[in-house]
Amino acid sequence: MNVINFVNAFFSDGAHWHGYDGIPTRLWEHVQYSLEALGLAALIGLPIGLVTGHYGRGGNVLSLVATAGRALPTFGLLVVTTIVLGFGMLPVMIPLVVLAVPPILVTTYEAMRSVDPPPVDAARGMGMRESDILLRVELPVALPLILGGLRSAAIQIVSTATIAAYVSLGGLGRYIVDGLYQHDYEKVVGGATLVAGMALATLAVFWAVTRAAVSPGVRRSN
Amino acid sequence: MNRFFDIPSDLQHDWFGLIVLHLREALLPVLGGLLLALPLAQLCVRLRWLYPPVLWVTTVLYAIPSLAFFVVLIDYTGQTELTVMIPLTVYSLVVLVPAIVDGVRSVPQETLAAATAMGFGPVRRYVQVQLPIAVPAIIAGLRVATVSSISLVSVGMLIGNQGALGNLLHDAQIYNRPELAWNSVITSAVLAVLADALLVVVRILLTPWMPSGARGGRSRPAGVRPDPAVPALEDAAR
Repeated sequence: MNVINFVNAFFSDGAHWHGYDGIPTRLWEHVQYSLEALGLAALIGLPIGLVTGHYGRGGNVLSLVATAGRALPTFGLLVVTTIVLGFGMLPVMIPLVVLAVPPILVTTYEAMRSVDPPPVDAARGMGMRESDILLRVELPVALPLILGGLRSAAIQIVSTATIAAYVSLGGLGRYIVDGLYQHDYEKVVGGATLVAGMALATLAVFWAVTRAAVSPGVRRSN
Repeated sequence: MNRFFDIPSDLQHDWFGLIVLHLREALLPVLGGLLLALPLAQLCVRLRWLYPPVLWVTTVLYAIPSLAFFVVLIDYTGQTELTVMIPLTVYSLVVLVPAIVDGVRSVPQETLAAATAMGFGPVRRYVQVQLPIAVPAIIAGLRVATVSSISLVSVGMLIGNQGALGNLLHDAQIYNRPELAWNSVITSAVLAVLADALLVVVRILLTPWMPSGARGGRSRPAGVRPDPAVPALEDAAR
């Protein structure tokens, strides 16, 4: 198989392992971009999803916003933000955040809506404040689904952060973009393998976080 | 504004030509993905042990950046539309398989039992009972797949003018005409929104028994769980 030869050649070449274009450097850049984008998207998507889900209003508006967000072509948006804002971190972050907010927003909303009403009513009957009901009753029950939404957003970001290389930033996309222009397919396949590996690592991290953060009672019922 | 639709001649299409090209490159893969996903999903429903490994494989395929996918394929398919359409088919497949599996699985046991009692065989039961009930979930999957497919075609620009409307992004840079980039982004966003709306209409036509605004939070009666396919879909969405 051609592709497997490429992967072997890429990873066994010592030159790919150190220096400013080495795998550790690029990997670390990619992790940083991804975490920043995921953090910003969560900062926008989570509160809005939690509050609208709690009150059960605005579902139609949310799904419109989410569709609009998904409809914007990430790559085209990158070119436009670069034209408008010049080169830098901000024009890369905008498309990535636009990409990641819809899954977080919609899943959080649906997760909050899927909480069984009786415990919520019971909590209200016991005199808990709305904010306590949201954070201490609904959130723990909705957490597995919310983490699922964050996970799919994270995987999309990891795979799409490669476009940062097109506007001269680093990250694993460097291998793909440079490989394309140098007709060095070994580099392209190596970069793609690293990105796919990082996506798998993301799955593993979310699996561990879910194990640690979801209350055992909620886990049992799922 | 009048330069907005003035497409440079190196693209060899006018604005409408690019739109047709874009839709063809985006929608044929979704159709191909659906044709592949239907039997694969049925296999996963039948053989429960098959579903987790299929999900793992598809998640990894999904994580391959589209640009890398395109570049690797150039070796085999050259700089053609096919090079763009194969990865998009794979991505559509990845979104659609879980959507169809969850949709078919969400059919209540009583409904299946009733169909069996009426003398439906397994094939007829699948086509006439399970699939129609799964339509909302399948359409939800098609919406995500279609919108992301339309958005991803633009990346084809990077492998040599295979990005349809995305090619405008390249021309915007080399001719220093930012309005062409705006044209590209706005036109493909509008196409995605229109395709999405069309699918909603199709769903309403195919499921006359459902209230048309069923996705909204307020119309759902208390105690009824929301469409189980929605979180599952977001899970698979690119």
